[in-house]
Amino acid sequence: MAPQSTGSHPFRRRKRHIGERIAEFLIRLTASVSILMIFLILVFVLREAWGIVSYLSGSSPTAQTEVTVHKSNTDAPETYGDSQPDSYGEEPAPANEPESYNPDVQETITDTSGIVPTETSSSDEPESYNPDVTDYTATDAGTEKESEPLITKTLSQNIVGEVWQPISSEPKYGIMPLILGTAKTTFLAILIAAPLAILAAIYTAFFAPRRLREIMKPVIELLAGFPSVVVGFFCLMLVADFVQSTFGVEYRLNAIVGGIGLAIAIVPVIFTITEDSLMSVPKTYREASLALGATEWQTAFKVMLPAALPGVVAAVLLGVGRAFGETMIALMATGNAAVYSGSMLEPVRTLAATIGAEMGEVIWGSLHYNILFMLGVLLFLVSFTINALTEFFVKGMLAKKFQGEA
Amino acid sequence: MAKEQDHSKIHTKDFNFYYGDNRALHNISVEIPEHKVVAFIGPSGCGKSTFLRSMNRMNDVIDGTRTEGIIQINGIDIYDKTVDVVELRKLVGMVFQKHIPFPKSIYDNVAYGLYLGGKKPKSEVDDIVEQSLRRSALWEEVKDRLQDSAMSLSGGQQQRLCIARAVAVDPEVLLMDEPCSALDPISTAKIEELIGELKDTYTIIIVTHNMQQAARVSDYTGFFYMGNLVEFDKTRSIFTTPAKKETEDYITGRFG
Amino acid sequence: MATLRHSGTTRSELNKKLFGYFAVGITVIGGFVVFGTALFMLLHFLVKGLPHISWEFLSQAPRNNNTEGGIFPAIYGTTFLVLTMALLGVPVGTATALYLTEYAKQNSFFAKSVRFAVNTLAGVPSIVFGLFGVGFFVQFVGGGLDGLIGKGGSSAVFGHPALIWASATLSVLTLPVVIVSVEEALRAVPRELREASLALGATKWQTIWKIVLPNSLTGILTGSILAVGRGAGEVAPIIFVGAVYSLPELPTSVTDQFMHLGYHLFVLATQSPDVEAAAPQQYATTVVLLLLTFGLNFTATIIRSRIRKKRLA
Ligand SMILES: Nc1ncnc2c1ncn2[C@@H]1O[C@H](COP(=O)(O)OP(=O)(O)OP(=O)(O)O)[C@@H](O)[C@H]1O
Ligand SMILES: [Mg+2]
Repeated sequence: MAPQSTGSHPFRRRKRHIGERIAEFLIRLTASVSILMIFLILVFVLREAWGIVSYLSGSSPTAQTEVTVHKSNTDAPETYGDSQPDSYGEEPAPANEPESYNPDVQETITDTSGIVPTETSSSDEPESYNPDVTDYTATDAGTEKESEPLITKTLSQNIVGEVWQPISSEPKYGIMPLILGTAKTTFLAILIAAPLAILAAIYTAFFAPRRLREIMKPVIELLAGFPSVVVGFFCLMLVADFVQSTFGVEYRLNAIVGGIGLAIAIVPVIFTITEDSLMSVPKTYREASLALGATEWQTAFKVMLPAALPGVVAAVLLGVGRAFGETMIALMATGNAAVYSGSMLEPVRTLAATIGAEMGEVIWGSLHYNILFMLGVLLFLVSFTINALTEFFVKGMLAKKFQGEA
Repeated sequence: MAKEQDHSKIHTKDFNFYYGDNRALHNISVEIPEHKVVAFIGPSGCGKSTFLRSMNRMNDVIDGTRTEGIIQINGIDIYDKTVDVVELRKLVGMVFQKHIPFPKSIYDNVAYGLYLGGKKPKSEVDDIVEQSLRRSALWEEVKDRLQDSAMSLSGGQQQRLCIARAVAVDPEVLLMDEPCSALDPISTAKIEELIGELKDTYTIIIVTHNMQQAARVSDYTGFFYMGNLVEFDKTRSIFTTPAKKETEDYITGRFG
Repeated sequence: MATLRHSGTTRSELNKKLFGYFAVGITVIGGFVVFGTALFMLLHFLVKGLPHISWEFLSQAPRNNNTEGGIFPAIYGTTFLVLTMALLGVPVGTATALYLTEYAKQNSFFAKSVRFAVNTLAGVPSIVFGLFGVGFFVQFVGGGLDGLIGKGGSSAVFGHPALIWASATLSVLTLPVVIVSVEEALRAVPRELREASLALGATKWQTIWKIVLPNSLTGILTGSILAVGRGAGEVAPIIFVGAVYSLPELPTSVTDQFMHLGYHLFVLATQSPDVEAAAPQQYATTVVLLLLTFGLNFTATIIRSRIRKKRLA
C-alpha cells in the first residue's frame, strides 16, 4: 500500500526561513525589554544609592564625613555633569554647629511644642522645618554656600533618626519623619477613598438607573485622567482653604489636605477595579439570591460584595501603592515639612515628595543624592511588593473562587 | 480500504492526537485515494475537525497539542522533523467553516498566496487569479469588480472566494471543514457542484454534518465517533450497508 | 417569604427595612460624592481657565515672571517630548504585545514573566522612573555615549538631562499602556484570519505582517494616543531628567532641555511670588493641559469603541 507517488515533495526539504527566525528572535528580545526594565530600574537606582555604603563602612561613631552642598541658582542649569561630590574628605570640622543651619528657611517654627510633642528627640537644636512650599522657593533663592559640618553619629543612626535636614551645616538624614508622613497621608487617602469608591461602585453596579450609570461611570473614570499635578493644584487652591475653614488649622497645607488630594487620585483606581469585579461575579449569584427572597440591598452587600472581595482587596492594595508613591500631589498639598508627629493637622513630607523636591537641587554623587536614591529603592521595593501581593495572592483567590462555576 | 485502481494519496497509521491530556483521536488508520472526494461525518465533538487539521498541521498553532503515529502524504510522513510546515500547507490547502475573506480586495485575496514566495510578474499573477476564480465559479460574478473589497460579496460568494484563494496556490489536497454550514441552499448547491469539478485536479476531504451532502458529493465516507474512525468505505456502501451498528444509527438519525 | 404570619409589620421587619434604606442610601452618597468631585473639578477648571485662553496665550512665551504672555514653549516642549516618547515606546510596546499574542505559549515561564513585568512596571511610582532616568539614561547611557565620542564634563553632549532622556524615561513608564491596548487590538483580529493565511502557506511573520498588523492598526493608534495622553500629564519623572522652568529658546534637538506644561503649572502654582497675579495663568495652563490629556483620551475611547462595535458586527 501507499506506493510512492510520482509527485515532487517540495515540503520534504526544510527551508531555513531566515527572515522568520530573525523576526521571532527580535520580537522575543523586545518582549524581554519589560523584564529588563524592571531589573534596570532596581539596579540603577540601587547603584546610585550604593554610595551610602562607603560612608557606612568608614563611619565609626567618631568618623566624620563632610558633605558640601552647592545650591544652584534659579536660572542656572542643573548641576549635572559632575558626578563626583566636591569632596568626600575626612577633614575634621568643628563639632556640633548649633542653630544657624539651613538659613534658607524662611519661617522657623518655634511655637510648635504644644502640637508636636515628639519632636525633640535626637537633637538639641530647635527644630526648623519649612511649612508650605517655602522649602522649595527657599532652596531656589539660595546661593552658593559652603559649610563644613560633620556627622557626629554613624550614618546608620543618622538615617533611622527622626530629623530630616539634609541641607544644613550638620546634615540629618533621618527618614523616620518621611516614613511617618508617607504613612499618614497614605492612610488618610485610603480611609477617604476606599469607602467612597467601593460604595460608588456598588451604587453604579446595582442601584443606579441605567441612564445615570452611563453618565456617572465615565465621569468618575475621567477623574483618573487628571494629571496629578492638576490634582495637586486643585488641592493647593481649593481643598486647602476648605480644610482650613473646616478644621481651623494653623497650617494651610497639612496631612489632611495631602490625604484628600491622594484620595482624589486613587478613587478612580479603586472604583474601576471594584466595579469590574462586582460586574464579573456570575449573574447566577444575584438571581439565586433574589429568588431566595433576599432584597436588592441584601444581595448587593451580602452576596455580591463578598463574592467580589478578592477584586476589592486588589483594588484597595493598588490604591495603597498608588498613594504611597504619588509625588506631585504630595509635593504640592502636604506642606512638605518633615515633622515627626502623629498629628494629621500638621504639614508632612512624604518619601516621594522628598525626592521630587530635593533631587533638582542636590549635587549628583553626594551623600544626599545617594540617600535620595535610597528612598527611591524603598519606594520601588514597596510598590513591587504590593504589586506582587495583588498579582499572586488576589488573582489566585479570584481564580479559585470562580473556577468551580463555569 | 481503497481499491487497487485508486492511487493512495494520504495514508495514516495509528494516528493519535492529544489536546494536552485529552486524547481527541484514537488510532486512526485510513487510506485516502487520489482525486476522490472523501467525506467525514459524525456527531459534534467526535474529532472530525481535529483530524482534518492534523493533515495540514494546522493544529500546530494550538498550545500543548501532541501527536502519535503516522500521517503520510505522497508517502512522506508529514510529522517528520525534516518536513517544512509552510511548504506542506501550500500542498494541502484548507477551506474553513467561517467564510472570512481577508479584509482586502477580491483580487488581493486570491493573489495573497501567490506573493508569499516572493515577487511574481503581474501578468502571471493576473492569469492565475482569473483561472482560480473561474475554477471556483466566481469569475463571471466578480470580473468587473476585482478591486472591490471582498467584504462586499455575499456569504456564498465569499466562501467561493475562499476556495479560489486556496486553489490559487495550486495544492494537491483540499481540506474543507463544513464549507457550507453557514450558507443558503443555493450557495450550497453551487459549492457542491464545484467540489465535483475540482476533484479531477485535487484530492478533496470534506467534513460535513449534512448526511445528504456527504452522500451527494463524496466517493468515500468515514464515520467518526468519539475520536475513533468507526467505519470508512465507499460512500454507497456506508449509506446502504453500513457494517457497524453505530454508523447505521447515526445515518438513520437514530442517534442519541 | 411568601407566608406572612403577621399581618402588620413587626419591629424587626421595620428595622430591616430601615437598614435597607440606610445601606442603599450610603451607596447613593458614595456615588454622588465621587461623581460630584469629578464633575466639580472639571467644571471648576473649565470655568476658571477657559476665559483666559487666547491666541496670545497659546502662541507666546511667558513674560514678566510668568504673569504675562503665554505658554507656547511649554506646549511645544510637551508635544516634542511625547512624540519622541511615542516614537521610542510604541514599537517596543507593539512588539511585546505581538510576542504575548502571537508567539507566547500560554504557560511558558517567559510569557508569565513578561506579564508580571508589565504589571509591575505599571505600578512603579512615577518618581522612581525619574530616578531611573537620572541613573540609567542620563548618567549611564548618556555618559557612556559621551565617553565614546570623547566628550564629558561641561562639554557633555549626551550626559546631561535632555529631552531624549525624558522621552526615554516616559516611554518606559507608558510601556504598559501601549502593551495592554495593542494586545487587546491584536486579540480582536479573528483567529480564522490567521489560520486562513497560514493555511495558504504563509509563514508566521508573513501572517503577522500582512494580516494581523494591518487589521489592528487602529488599535495600535489607540494605544499610542493613550500613552501620549498619559505621558503628557506626568511631571514627576521628568523634573530632573530635562524639564526646566524657563528657556530662552525653543528646543531644536533632542539633546536640548525643554519646557513642559505640567511642570510649568507646578512652578506657577508653587513658586509664583504673587499668587493673585499668577492665577489666570495657572488656570489657563491647567485647562490647556486638561484639554490635551482629555482630548487624547477621548479620541482613543472613540476609536476603541468603534473597534469594539466593528468586532461585534
Ligand atoms: N483547541 C482545542 N483545545 C482543546 N480541546 C479541543 C480543541 N479543539 C477541539 N477540542 C476537543 O477535541 C474534541 C474533538 O473536537 P473537534 O473540533 O475535532 O470535533 P468536531 O468533530 O469537528 O466537532 P464539530 O462537528 O462540532 O465541529 C472535542 O472533544 C473538543 O472538545
Ligand atoms: Mg468541527
